[in-house]
Formats: sequence, structure tokens, C-alpha cells
Amino acid sequence: MAAVYMSANRSENAFSTVDLVPEWAQEEVSTGTTIMAVEFDGGVVIGADSRTTTGAYIANRVTDKLTPIHDRIFCCRSGSAADTQAVADIVTYQLGFHSIELDEPPLVQTAANLFKQTCYRYREELMAGIIVAGWDKRRGGQVYTVPMGGMIVRQPVSVGGSGSSYIYGFMDSNYKPGMTKEECLHFCTQALALAMERDGSSGGVARLAAITEEGLERRVVLGNQLPKFSNA
Amino acid sequence: MEIDFMDSQIKGVSTGTTILAVTFNGGVIIGSDSRASIGGYYVSSKTINKLIQVHDRIFCCIAGSLADAQAVTKAAKFQISFHSIQMESPPLVKAAASVLKELCYNNKEELQAGFITAGWDRKKGPQVYTVALGGMLLSQPFTIGGSGSTYIYGYADAKYKPDMSREECLQFATNALALAMGRDNVSGGVAHLVVITEEGVEHVVIPGDKLPKFHDE
Repeated sequence: MAAVYMSANRSENAFSTVDLVPEWAQEEVSTGTTIMAVEFDGGVVIGADSRTTTGAYIANRVTDKLTPIHDRIFCCRSGSAADTQAVADIVTYQLGFHSIELDEPPLVQTAANLFKQTCYRYREELMAGIIVAGWDKRRGGQVYTVPMGGMIVRQPVSVGGSGSSYIYGFMDSNYKPGMTKEECLHFCTQALALAMERDGSSGGVARLAAITEEGLERRVVLGNQLPKFSNA
Repeated sequence: MEIDFMDSQIKGVSTGTTILAVTFNGGVIIGSDSRASIGGYYVSSKTINKLIQVHDRIFCCIAGSLADAQAVTKAAKFQISFHSIQMESPPLVKAAASVLKELCYNNKEELQAGFITAGWDRKKGPQVYTVALGGMLLSQPFTIGGSGSTYIYGYADAKYKPDMSREECLQFATNALALAMGRDNVSGGVAHLVVITEEGVEHVVIPGDKLPKFHDE
């Protein structure tokens, strides 16, 4: 039985998006990655997947996206690998110089603001979403997120990259303030595993690091050791 | 379960939305938010019902262009009830999903709507079917859809287990909807849930302020 269906009138629309919002804001930006950071009492836990892609080819399947900026301050990089490496190098230099002048370990807030200054000034040219996390004597463990565009905000827990969309719900429901370091590591491992399973641009191994006053502890969770959630 | 990025490109009223359907021990729960918007800038309805009853024990929920979805479900409802009268028995959930699939596939150029069909029938008990944008039909133990579903893939993968009880399933569906509505700006309003079992159909509505709250709210 033949039937004719009226499709929705697509030509006229008073609220057409093309005039109200510039072209670049309408495009999907994929930053093939999942990164995250969580504060706990005494430090932070940071994590990332390990996949770098050029189109459909995985250029590096064991990438380290957790980059040291100073002794107790790290950044998690998402977006263009070239842009984030360049910005991280710039900030490492600036922060190192500042720390020598001050004759003290630098504050995480300072590092985060240096990232913001570069990312905001060159916002049109850069494609970089960065999470800055670390420990300092004044405020303990802190996580600052500097997404694309160059805003800065401190959050107890933050996720970024293309894989992050899939774990917002998991993060909102599973994060609780006052977790211990081990609980934070477990939470990050699960969240990364879930994102890596759903996002085609995230995968490989899960790299984690815990930063406290005492120092740094790095962990790698290999692909076959990641928690499995399949229910097929 | 494809990502519904088409939502932002739909002109006219669209149900940028969160929909889901989950089977449990003895039945199925189908749920959705209640927001309809134009291009993500204007909420044209805060209390729209996206759970359409196509037969006594079969519901479907819609995502995408509201006009397309209404047109398709109207035609599907007719076809299913006609089929049911001819066969002199309640229709199979698979049959209802198939009807929707035929309509979506044969008109794939013009339509921009996806569906989740869920229900109970005597042959296979509780079932959930997804009909995606181009007309693919898939049977799954549970499924999520709409623009808000991207944010709860992780949560759903982690928390779903087969053979839940009715209460556990209700909690799972409510939490999932609340989490998605919290992150997706084109999903919101109240949470509509329908529990379908052999005994009957029960509609549960949870207003916005009674939804579960999470750590940062």
C-alpha cells in the first residue's frame, strides 16, 4: 500500500542557526582522546588513554598524554598533538623560570593560568583542550580545566577529549567527594575503560598517575587488564 | 546505537532528546525526557510525551524530527492494529518494530526520525528493538537513544545487568535519564517512564525536582 508522507518543512525557519552562530562553532571537533583528573585529599589522580590517530590510522598506540610541567604539576593533553606539545613546552619553560625566580615550587593555579594565557591568546590557531592537575603546599591537590577557547575553571573532577562525552553520566553518578587515592585510581580506570570501549578515537592502554606531596606514582593498565563491561 | 548528531541539524521542531528502553525480569521499561526544542535555542514544549502507545502492550519512543515521528507513528499504529485484527491475536513486538522499520527504510531520504520499540508479547516476553535513522532494525536487551544518550553510554554499560528486578530497573532508568538531562541542554523537563508487563501497563512520571541529584547539584 503506497502512502505519501509529508516531511517536515525544512526551508523556512525563523531560528535558523546559520545567522546566529558563526560557522566554526557549528562544526564537530573531534579530539580523539579520553583524559581525566580527580582531586582527593592530599593530591590528584590523572589518567588518559594512549591512542594518537591521523585519520583512521593509529599513529601511536602507546602515547603518553600525561606530560610533566614541573615536579608536582602535570597536564593531560587532548586535541591536536602538535599544538598541545608546543603549548606544553612553552608553559614548562615559563613555569620553570618563574619557579627559579620565586625560589619555591610553583602553584598549580599559576601553571593553569599560564596555559590559559597561551590558549586564549592563540585561540583561533590552536586546537587544544588541556587539564592541568597537581599538588602544591598552599591548596593541596587541584584540577583546573582549560578547554578549547581558553577558559579556565577549577573542578574537583574533570574529563576531556572526544571520549569524555560517553562518561559524563558515569562520572556524575560515581564521583563522590572525599574519596581516597585508591578509590580515585579505581574510578579513573573504570571511566577510561568505558570511554575507550565506546569511542573509536580512544584506546590502547590506560595510563594513570597519582601526584602527592611525597611524589609521583605512575601506573599502566594494559588492554587485557582493563575492566570489562560488555553485555552482549 | 548510533550517535544522534543529526539532531542539531534538524530544522523545525525536534526532540533533541534522551530515550531508553530496558528489559528486566518479567517486563520492560521504556522512558524519555519531555523537552521539544527548535534548533536548541527555544524550548517549544516542556512537557511533551514521547512515549507513544502503538498497541496494548507495545510502546515506542521517538527521537529526531517531531513532525516525521508523529507522521510515522500514526501510520504504524494503523497498520499494527489492522494486522492484529486480521491475525485475531495481539501483535508481536517484533512485528510492530518491523512496521516502523519498513516505513523508515522506504522513506529514508525524506525522514529524520529514529525509534525505540519496546513491549511484551506471549511468544518472547519482554523485548526491545531499535530502528535507527536509515532504517536498521536491531534487537537488544537494552538501548539508549537521542542526543542525550551520548553522555550516558558509560553509565549504562557499567550499571546494566541482565535479569534485574522491577525496582532495580526503575532506578537504573531514572538515574540514566536524570544524568543525561543534567548534561544535555536539549533534554529536560520531566522523566516519563512506562512499565510494561504481562499484567498491564503502568505510567510513572517523575517531575524535575524529584529526580535523583548528583554530587555537584
